[in-house]
Amino acid sequence: MISVGHYLAVSAVLFTLGVLGIFINRKNIIVILMAIELILLAVNINLVAFSAALGDLVGQVFSMFVLTVAAGEAAIGLAILVIYFRGRGTIAVDDANRMKG
Amino acid sequence: MIADLNLIWPEIILAVGAMVTLMIGVYLGDRRVALYQISTMVTLAAAIAAVATIFGTEATAFSGTVAVDNFGNFAKILIYAASLVCIVIAPRFFEKGMKAEYPVLVVLAALGMGIMVSSRDMMTLYIGLELNSLAAYVLASFMRNDDRSSEAGLKYFVLGALASGMLLYGISLLYGFSGSTQFNEIAAALASDVSRGELFGLIFVLAGLAFKISAVPFHMWTPDVYEGAPTPVTAFFASAPKVAAMALMTRVAIDAMGPALGAWQQIVIFLALASIILGAVGAIGQKNIKRLLAYSSINNVGFMLIGLAAGTQAGVEAILTYLVVYLVTTLGAFLVVLQLTDKDGNRVESIPALAGLSSSRPGLAAAMAVFLFSLAGIPPLFGFWPKYLVFEAAVAADLVPLAVAGIVASVIGAYYYIAVIKTMYFDDKSDVQITGQGTLIDNAMLAASAVWLCVIGYLFIPVLGTVSTSAASVLF
Repeated sequence: MISVGHYLAVSAVLFTLGVLGIFINRKNIIVILMAIELILLAVNINLVAFSAALGDLVGQVFSMFVLTVAAGEAAIGLAILVIYFRGRGTIAVDDANRMKG
Repeated sequence: MIADLNLIWPEIILAVGAMVTLMIGVYLGDRRVALYQISTMVTLAAAIAAVATIFGTEATAFSGTVAVDNFGNFAKILIYAASLVCIVIAPRFFEKGMKAEYPVLVVLAALGMGIMVSSRDMMTLYIGLELNSLAAYVLASFMRNDDRSSEAGLKYFVLGALASGMLLYGISLLYGFSGSTQFNEIAAALASDVSRGELFGLIFVLAGLAFKISAVPFHMWTPDVYEGAPTPVTAFFASAPKVAAMALMTRVAIDAMGPALGAWQQIVIFLALASIILGAVGAIGQKNIKRLLAYSSINNVGFMLIGLAAGTQAGVEAILTYLVVYLVTTLGAFLVVLQLTDKDGNRVESIPALAGLSSSRPGLAAAMAVFLFSLAGIPPLFGFWPKYLVFEAAVAADLVPLAVAGIVASVIGAYYYIAVIKTMYFDDKSDVQITGQGTLIDNAMLAASAVWLCVIGYLFIPVLGTVSTSAASVLF
């Protein structure tokens, strides 16, 4: 029998992978966008699993909002990435150092 | 349902105003920039008037997901006014005239912030926060041919999205373990006892919000974004979203997590102390005035968090007063930065180039000195007053060590503000000749904010006290 705990474990693993994907990845920024999607999907698994366990629809409605906003976020992220690439000619993470910090 | 709509007039006005301006922009192109500027300014002014008419009502709308109360209205007036200022100051900065998108994005961000501060449900909170953030990412990379601006946008986007992810993960845990997304029901669930799942959720939510107010250790995006973004946008980031995020964090902490004060008080104390100390130490040695102001904002957020750590009504009143004074000071400081151009029209952002400003532009230097002293909280300037209120609230809540540490760190912080003033007044004249002139409106706003901070502000103490008390009492 699959319990809420199993879903929570999967989602925690996905969330951790997403966060690590942002911090460890030194190659390119597209991977960071994918890692962000991974985090948001981990949240959705949580919300839907809790919604089913609690017998409460709010969680599923919430996950719809998250999906919609994630789409908008990805669009804006890619747009920023395009103008960044146009100016710099690279999308390597280590090259984003025009400012100290 | 109609009654619900009557409660959100300010937001309806902003949404319609932004859409109408955008449509006009589509048809007329970038030639009629003054028109877009005026239409968005009218929109924001109308929204402020709409907030003023519903000031004092206390109600919930849309099945309890939106709260209309004095706390939200207080924050909304500050947010909309700051957005208005950021539209007024913009056109001179963008050389070939402003694009139609700039004022529209500012209004949309203001709309998101208005939703944030009146949210009473995690869903409303998330939608408002994202509406604000998505507009802000685009604003940061607005000068798309400028390397620094696109890099600022990219960094802001990546770290902001990570923050939203952490916030959402926390929200999902809170929802699962407390059984609801509404603040009052979460508070009811936390009142009995705080389970481990709820504790994790609470920590993630606070971490996500700390990102948005740029509290240490979630501050690393701030200096880069402030430096890279176009100056009017930086002024916007330093003012309106700070108010919104701080008000939101206060509401979530008191309204939704109030019964779990023991669980989050330590976290907020840590955030406050770390922000004050790192904001003070990090600013030392900065050569760019916008980076310096970024560290200054981190430092000031730390002081506001002391008020939150107290967890009392006096603490929340102190935060609200602090936000008013901080807003005036920061906008004033950025008005000065906007006027710093050399004779070729290039932007001057380096601090050593300010040497001799007191002889070439005495008025500008004097105004900057007032703003910096006020940010440092040196009496008799008005920036001292909210710091005093914050420390008073902390002492009243038995947080004496925190108050003492805050006072010591504010002395360290005074060092770098005074270093800039020393450069302006006592260093040998630099090679860079600062010749930029402000428009009449810019200079009027500059003079008004400087004079308000010098002396007149103290006359407003009774008014600020009454309004902030009526706003803070909503949460308790």
